[in-house]
Amino acid sequence: MRHFHEELDQLKAKLVRMSGLAEEMVRIAVEALLERDQAKAAEVIQRDHAVDELEVQVDTAAIELLALQQPLAKDLRFITSATKIANDLERVGDHAVNIAEALEYLLKVPPFPPLPELEEMARISTGMLADALSAFIRGDANLARRVVQVDDRVDDLHENNFRILLTHMMEDPRKITAGMDMLLVSGNLERIADMATNVAEEVVFFVEGRTIKHHAERRDTAH
Amino acid sequence: MNRPQQGGLAGGTGLFNTRQQTRKRMGSAFAVLCFLATAVGIVFLAVLLIDIVRDGAGRLSSAFLSGMPSRFPARAGIKPALVGSLWTLGITALVSFPLGVGTAIWLEEYAPNNRFTRLIQTNIANLAGVPSIVYGILGLAVFVRLFAFGECVLAGALTLALLILPVIIISSQEAIRAVPNSIRLGAYALGATRWETIRDQVLPLALPGVLTGTILALSRAVGEAAPLIMIGALAFVPFVPKTPLDEFTVIPIQIFDWINRPQAGFHEVAAAASIVLLIALLTLNGTAILLRNRFSRKR
Amino acid sequence: MPSIMQPPGEIELEAKELSVYYGSSHAVKGVSIGIPDRKVVAFIGPSGCGKSTLLRCFNRMNDLIPGARIEGQALFQGDDLYAPGVDAVEVRRRIGMVFQKPNPFPKSIYDNVAFGPRINGYRGKMDELVERSLRHAALWEEVKDRLDSSALALSGGQQQRLCIARALAVEPEVLLMDEPASALDPIATQKIEDLIYELKQNYTVVIVTHNMQQAARVSDYTAFLYMGDLIEYGPTQQLFTNPREEQTEAYITGRFG
Repeated sequence: MRHFHEELDQLKAKLVRMSGLAEEMVRIAVEALLERDQAKAAEVIQRDHAVDELEVQVDTAAIELLALQQPLAKDLRFITSATKIANDLERVGDHAVNIAEALEYLLKVPPFPPLPELEEMARISTGMLADALSAFIRGDANLARRVVQVDDRVDDLHENNFRILLTHMMEDPRKITAGMDMLLVSGNLERIADMATNVAEEVVFFVEGRTIKHHAERRDTAH
Repeated sequence: MNRPQQGGLAGGTGLFNTRQQTRKRMGSAFAVLCFLATAVGIVFLAVLLIDIVRDGAGRLSSAFLSGMPSRFPARAGIKPALVGSLWTLGITALVSFPLGVGTAIWLEEYAPNNRFTRLIQTNIANLAGVPSIVYGILGLAVFVRLFAFGECVLAGALTLALLILPVIIISSQEAIRAVPNSIRLGAYALGATRWETIRDQVLPLALPGVLTGTILALSRAVGEAAPLIMIGALAFVPFVPKTPLDEFTVIPIQIFDWINRPQAGFHEVAAAASIVLLIALLTLNGTAILLRNRFSRKR
Repeated sequence: MPSIMQPPGEIELEAKELSVYYGSSHAVKGVSIGIPDRKVVAFIGPSGCGKSTLLRCFNRMNDLIPGARIEGQALFQGDDLYAPGVDAVEVRRRIGMVFQKPNPFPKSIYDNVAFGPRINGYRGKMDELVERSLRHAALWEEVKDRLDSSALALSGGQQQRLCIARALAVEPEVLLMDEPASALDPIATQKIEDLIYELKQNYTVVIVTHNMQQAARVSDYTAFLYMGDLIEYGPTQQLFTNPREEQTEAYITGRFG
């Protein structure tokens, strides 16, 4: 039983912790937004620090493992994927923070009429993130592929939000500030979905050694 | 680089003139010559053995082995010579083995590699080649006269010991040298002293080689006549030596004496004695070979 | 920042301005280095850089090489190894050595392990000591049923672990290993590397290796030597990810040698 495997497990544990934190941040940010809860928003902003630190730790551990243990095959793919996933998770954290910060401005103006599309988007994005991270922890390439397929839906929802918000803002100029903030929130949720997609693509790479990035698989099977 | 088509395996294209046939024939011729050289040696040996056995086998008996020499060939026995040879062999072994092995150990394990040591080494090699009769003269001057042992078994054995000492030293040295140095290093690295390393690792491994060399050297001593004649071993000894200081004879000298007698019967007696000597030598050599094989198989 | 670090913790072995001459050839040039207690230190460098020579200073095996001469100091737990009253034999019991080519004695496995203790007057139960040493060398399970069989019948990797068990049997405090795995196949090498990782819990280990990846996998600190000089000495993960000296970087990236 080599100590290398122990260190690999430790790296994975860091990623698991990081993914748990990122998921939570997104969930609480969305709750804060929908419930207009300032306290929750503040919590999200606080947690970002831990996620940033974990990213640095993952990078350091990964480079050390590469230099000192010369891993091969799946171990090697796992380590290179780990750095990318950590990077993506850190950005997820940042996007969650952005959403929480948007709340600050939104609280200053009367609440916007409910936007079911936005709520659906939030639901789907958080679901994608959760699934992508599950796929990573379990090494489930099929689940990861399903995550990738959902991304188009999120992109469509973002476009819809854009049109809806534009309509609202054109109707009533007083709603422009809030509308812009809501648009930004939509954008951040769309980016979170993209990050989840990235993570899912990395999972397929490290499990199967296959790159599905940039629609590579779709291109291959296109007729 | 363009390689020309080398069609077939008969050999030789382009710049190569392989002359396969000639080279093969020369190889065969060489093998035949070597075989002939061997055959000549074997044939002559066989002739010698058959001749001796034919002449002497008839005279071999327990009476022959336990009888005293006499003027009459029919009654001649080899007992004094046999006993003398055994005594000589024993004392020679007792003296030469420790001296020889001790010297070998000193030279291989302890002595620094300087000019003095190399001088000793060269001289030992030279001494191995000195004719045995010179040792006889030495023995006469030192053991018989200077130490005043007289013309006895002891003087003869000591002379022979000196004779075979260089051979024992050289073969023991080789056996010790054959022990891989990695074994010594392994022992030292465990905190063994030099003495402990030699005692527990080097000597046990070198022992088969040392014993083989010693036995072969002793078998040479058994067959020596000239140096013993020099120190005064007698030809006609009608008694059995009882102490190392008694006068004596050995089998080779007895054979020499019998060969020189005019009576026809002594010819067979000499042949019989030769057979005894040969058996003794074969036994010694056989033991050496058995030892060597047993120890090399063990590893 | 210094390229030659002062390691933290207790220093078990130390060289101070240590030089070794073979006749007129200057093999080790004024090297100063501290080996910390119960850690693994690797000496790396191209052939002929003096790493094996430096290693041999610590158990006075250079004494056995005619013409070898030492200047400077080699210390063990603060005491000068070359002081006049010091007994080289006792030094070698407390600082053990494993060689590049496995060199088991042509005796039984049991006698191989028992040789050192017997010589050094061990008064305890020999059977227990032999078992303990073979367990520490991760060899017990493979040979426990044939302790009386010849050591030479073992495979190369097993023979090397036997040599380690043999060295451990005299209960040293330091283990010096001169390219211990270079004569072994990859699986046997991995077993030896795993063993070294375990050994450092109880022993200080110094390993000479020409295989940089092995040094990276196995050691806590690494020293890079070149032509008799100590160029860099630091924590392994730092030396292999971001060495301070250009020469070190050139060597480990394969740009010279």
